[in-house]
Amino acid sequence: MTITVLIVDDSKLARIVAAKNIHALQPDWNRVEASNADEALAVVADGKIDLAVLDYNMPGKNGLELAAELRTLYPTMPLAVITANVQEEIISRARAVNATFVAKPVTEDALRGFISGAALRLRTEG
Amino acid sequence: MAAAFVKLSEIEHDALTELVNIGVSRSAAGLRLMVGEEILLSVPSIDVVSHKTAVALIGEREGDELIAVRQDFAGAFSGRALLIFPQANSLELVRAVVGDEMSPEDIAAIEKEALAETGNVILNGCLATMANMLHRSLSMSLPEVLRGDGGRLFEFGEHLDDDGLVLFLYINFAMRDRDIRGYIAMLMDLPSLASLRLLIGDFIDRVMNEDIPIAV
Repeated sequence: MTITVLIVDDSKLARIVAAKNIHALQPDWNRVEASNADEALAVVADGKIDLAVLDYNMPGKNGLELAAELRTLYPTMPLAVITANVQEEIISRARAVNATFVAKPVTEDALRGFISGAALRLRTEG
Repeated sequence: MAAAFVKLSEIEHDALTELVNIGVSRSAAGLRLMVGEEILLSVPSIDVVSHKTAVALIGEREGDELIAVRQDFAGAFSGRALLIFPQANSLELVRAVVGDEMSPEDIAAIEKEALAETGNVILNGCLATMANMLHRSLSMSLPEVLRGDGGRLFEFGEHLDDDGLVLFLYINFAMRDRDIRGYIAMLMDLPSLASLRLLIGDFIDRVMNEDIPIAV
């Protein structure tokens, strides 16, 4: 089974950077993009998403609100929330919905922990 | 002679928004350490508008007297950065920074200094992050505390008339548990925007052309 990762960011550039870094870590994964929370929820509803990487600061629903909704719908989906906003409240809210906090700017190193953890989890559950 | 108008492409606009967003988010994390409570930020809004419109955009939203910390920056690109909030919030912001145990008299006595330092953390932090990501350095003036309306806060050198175009970007900020809110604003004239645009182009090339194939 090919794994599909959803990348949600209102910035096209940021989506490209995230996609490239994920590709470097997991070249075989499919990558799907959404530019806001509503679009993301619509994509996820189609049912082929295994994990998601969410930008925090987006117009409309922010990445933590989206993470909370996804968590309710998919209790075990690996989720990461990405932001340069390293305030404790944001980190702890990410933790509360069982999402991994990843600091911006996104690099391969920053994503490695989340991506390899998710790969392992999806394999064992899969 | 008016400088030729530079319109940012979609990806340039996107990259600049992202740079500002990362810069401001990092400074908010710095301010959070100073005040011990969460700082809320909006998504940055970026536009090229006339100087008059920039003044009106702040004036329209704020009927009250404003207070601002202003820092000018110069280097690869130049401009003015401001942390702006209603004057009525000023002492509360100082209280958030120095702690609730100080007397009102003591708070009033250090108001200006505390505001300047808060502004410095936010504005300098944001610009330094942006400059680093653009691989350039910027020099920053000392923070200056100003009171007045939008027109006074945005006075921008004699060479710029009211109809001259500026890059105007702003972000709303608020503190979750206190009645404090304001804006971070930046103004750049068109020659600076043209220089900035070249650096943004390099930045986009760098992030797009690392030796990893782009997703299909």
